[in-house]
Amino acid sequence: MRSFKDIAKSFMLWELLVGLKLTGRYVLSKKITIQYPEEKTPMSARFRGLHALRRYPNGEERCIACKLCEAVCPALAITIESAPREDGSRRTTRYDIDLFKCIYCGFCEESCPVDSIVETDLSHYHFENRGENIMTKPMLLAIGDRYETDIAKARSDDAPYR
Amino acid sequence: MMNLLISLVWIVLKVLLIALPLLGAVAYMTLAERKILAYAHVRIGPNRVGLFGLLQPLADGVKLFFKEVIIPTKANSIVFILAPIVSFATAAAAWAVIPFSPSWILANVNASLLYVLALTSLGVYGIMMAGWSSNSKYALLGAMRSTAQVVSYEIAMGFALVGVLMAADSTNLQDIVLHQQGGFWHWYWLPLLPMFIVYWISGVAETNRAPFDMAEGEAEIVAGFHVEYSGMSFAIFFLAEYANMILISALASVLFLGGWLSPFEGIPFLGPLFAFVPGIVWFFAKMGFFLFLYVWLRATFPRYRYDQIMHLGWKVLIPVTIVWIVIEGLLIQLKVAPWFN
Repeated sequence: MRSFKDIAKSFMLWELLVGLKLTGRYVLSKKITIQYPEEKTPMSARFRGLHALRRYPNGEERCIACKLCEAVCPALAITIESAPREDGSRRTTRYDIDLFKCIYCGFCEESCPVDSIVETDLSHYHFENRGENIMTKPMLLAIGDRYETDIAKARSDDAPYR
Repeated sequence: MMNLLISLVWIVLKVLLIALPLLGAVAYMTLAERKILAYAHVRIGPNRVGLFGLLQPLADGVKLFFKEVIIPTKANSIVFILAPIVSFATAAAAWAVIPFSPSWILANVNASLLYVLALTSLGVYGIMMAGWSSNSKYALLGAMRSTAQVVSYEIAMGFALVGVLMAADSTNLQDIVLHQQGGFWHWYWLPLLPMFIVYWISGVAETNRAPFDMAEGEAEIVAGFHVEYSGMSFAIFFLAEYANMILISALASVLFLGGWLSPFEGIPFLGPLFAFVPGIVWFFAKMGFFLFLYVWLRATFPRYRYDQIMHLGWKVLIPVTIVWIVIEGLLIQLKVAPWFN
């Protein structure tokens, strides 16, 4: 047997009105939508997106073909071949990353002694043909050249916390 | 002969004058619903097509217009095509007797309350025909649920209307409005408060809207009775649903909130101040309130379980109306001012 109070409450639609009040408050509250192409959510300096190979300010490529990244890569996504260059320095002749194998763990970046291979904050890329998932050395260097300022800024922002 | 022709043209013009704005209202009701729902979800809703998304209904309409109308195999194609037409025709025809202002009324017939009640009940035929003719179990289940629900709530709604009929002593909607003259506290919502609430709940149930949208029940029967419809035939069901919502809102404001009467009537200072506002503005404002309430309810309440719907309809709403009819009879006999003197 329900108490008189309960019955009176249900006839007054009390709980329904409480619910309406709640949603009514949300109708009037400030909206939290981020209108994507114009507005973006803030991104961490440690975001791990598309890879890039960096250069020194004098234009020399950083990579010394130590193959640490190839060794540490848990997905075996990196393939490196190396040979001495004309000036006698050790350089890669081939540096491929298979983006289908890559799990974006960031170990290559961590292992690199010369900060050559990095992961940028680029997350919007796509492939239209078979084989485009293999990033070759010129492609990686091109990304590095194009986004060098962003890459350098992300590294320096993150440096105090390392 | 000539006079007949002229009056016929006049009637057609008046019909268009009601039907076309109705279609526009339906289109923008869909946008308003999406916007208000979005606001309740702390989103901003459609805002890309045109300024504030104002062209969104047009874009939706154009899209639906160019979609193919698919008639399922083994469907009864005549009934299948007829069903949306019946749904919309009944929803639109009821507008003939709605008084928009003291003089704006297409057909000032004496039994207009009964006419409206009859047409809103007829709307369920559209749903039944759609569910049966689509040759799909989900559609049939949706139609069955909807039929049982609408028939049950019709009774509660009918009793609520009996209350209005007793109070106004008339079935003419215009007379009912005129009987409520005298400002906010003279309208029937106050002496008939339980009736008003019952009428509104059963109105929401009649139009198969949340929280009584068992006929659609996206979660369990996909889309209910109109699951097999596509393109324009689906759009017409959509139009019918929203036209019915607007109709129920209009009726609620005519029957319980004094239709086109000003709420400030008879109040010393505010009354004359707002006297210049034409009645139709008040009428639309009241309708807008109810339409907002429709969406607000949808944003707030989860769908009823089927047996709970039946419980509410038969064991709660109908007894409440019967009890209040008795109380109202006493009020009328005792000539309680200011409503029944």
